[in-house]
Amino acid sequence: MYVAVKGGEAAIANAHRLLADRRRGDRSLPAITIEQVVEQLGLAVDRVMAEASLYDRSLAALAVRQARGDMIEAIFILRAYRTTLPRFGYSEPVDTAGMLVERRVSATYKDLPGGQLLGPTFDYTHRLLDPSLIGDEPVAAPAVKEPGEQVMRVSDILDGEGLIEGDGQMPDGHVAGDLTREPMEFPMPRDLRLQALARGDEGFLLALAYSTQRGYGRTHPFVGEVRIGEVEVELDLPELGFAVSLGTIRVTECQMVNQFKGSAKQPPQFTRGYGLVFGQSERKAMSMSLVDRALRTDEFSEDIVAPAQDQEFVISHADNVQATGFVEHLKLPHYVDFQAELDLVRRMRHDSLRQSMAR
Amino acid sequence: MDAKQRLEAPPAIDRKEGMRLLARATLAELAAAWEAIADKPDVAPVRGPETGLVMVRGRIGGGGDPFNLGEATVSRATVRLSTGEVGHGQMLGTDKERARYAAVFDALFQNAAHRPAIEALHRLIAARLEAEDRQKAEETAATRVDFFTMVRGED
Repeated sequence: MYVAVKGGEAAIANAHRLLADRRRGDRSLPAITIEQVVEQLGLAVDRVMAEASLYDRSLAALAVRQARGDMIEAIFILRAYRTTLPRFGYSEPVDTAGMLVERRVSATYKDLPGGQLLGPTFDYTHRLLDPSLIGDEPVAAPAVKEPGEQVMRVSDILDGEGLIEGDGQMPDGHVAGDLTREPMEFPMPRDLRLQALARGDEGFLLALAYSTQRGYGRTHPFVGEVRIGEVEVELDLPELGFAVSLGTIRVTECQMVNQFKGSAKQPPQFTRGYGLVFGQSERKAMSMSLVDRALRTDEFSEDIVAPAQDQEFVISHADNVQATGFVEHLKLPHYVDFQAELDLVRRMRHDSLRQSMAR
Repeated sequence: MDAKQRLEAPPAIDRKEGMRLLARATLAELAAAWEAIADKPDVAPVRGPETGLVMVRGRIGGGGDPFNLGEATVSRATVRLSTGEVGHGQMLGTDKERARYAAVFDALFQNAAHRPAIEALHRLIAARLEAEDRQKAEETAATRVDFFTMVRGED
């Protein structure tokens, strides 16, 4: 028998009212502004933009505030918001070689054109809590220096010798797929995998990347380069017949260089994994590039022996909005399902008891 | 750069470059420029202003075939002036007011009488952006690592 039940309206309304109260917290403290979140919790904002797959700093900051700092909740809210907007089109591919670089480091070449630019990094800090940040002590303006030569792409250096594979090419006539428009299918081409990884959960990709380093699908990686900076977004306007710039976005790019022994078909050379992420997030970009390389088993005739190499496993579980939806739905009322199972278990016990007594 | 190149005027800002600059203008810059315009034409909306999404694409490996990276909010507007010109404004973000101004200035740019004022606005925005980019580049340059060897042969 199926019995529909209803109720809880007042409880839900009051729960949401309580949520609003707890979100605001102590009223004697000033409320944080969206601008403050954008300026002072910028990397939280970046993570929300990357995993919501929507670049908008103010809206991401609003989501962080609304979610009380719960990142996945904020990502969920921003992801939901994007479904309310019409799609104007596809941008021209961003040119990361022309980036206004704010940080660029290479682990493969010490002296390379453009140099090692540390930028605003946590690297080399001592990770000690800083009591000066309890208050609002004045902060010195950044040091400045005359800029040096153009920052060259590391992949172009090795490319001259033919020791490294080129930038990724899809088969002739391939049109880049769009996960927001088509259902997922496996095997999934590399362009779609990159889209899925770019919005994948940072923690999940980090764990998978780490697993490859620990031997579960080892790829012998080096960071060719990591760069962070602003790139221009251009949109073709059919009414004008040319592409116009819409402004700039900050992205993080990682070129991972991987040793490859060669196969029956290919000579030994360095292969590559690629990471590109909205905002400043080199942990995510590096993880993405390691996982991208691990997933390219079919191109290099590699055996799939580890989770990070299994594209259906990786791509199907990388999206934290989907994951949280399915895990968290378990707390919603399952009264009828459970009653049915309870009844089933009772009958099974009764049957087995009767059988053992009969023996 | 030789002396001859230095003497040459900077290249004229065309419509495409003008649109690039207007997409980066602040609301204050746009509002002030509109205030300063004498005998303003009437502006009729043709489309928007409206906010939507553009799917930002990247390239595999940085320079390979395209893939879809993620979306960005974009606001756009199209307007027609009482003098006949049609202008388009489009920029990242959700600020429809800025998009509408950008469309108005794109239209005014096509009108010979108003063009000098819009070119002045373009130059104003360009100068600010250049200073901001310069500042960022100098701050980054100060974090460049100067390697040195512990034992130097030439000393």
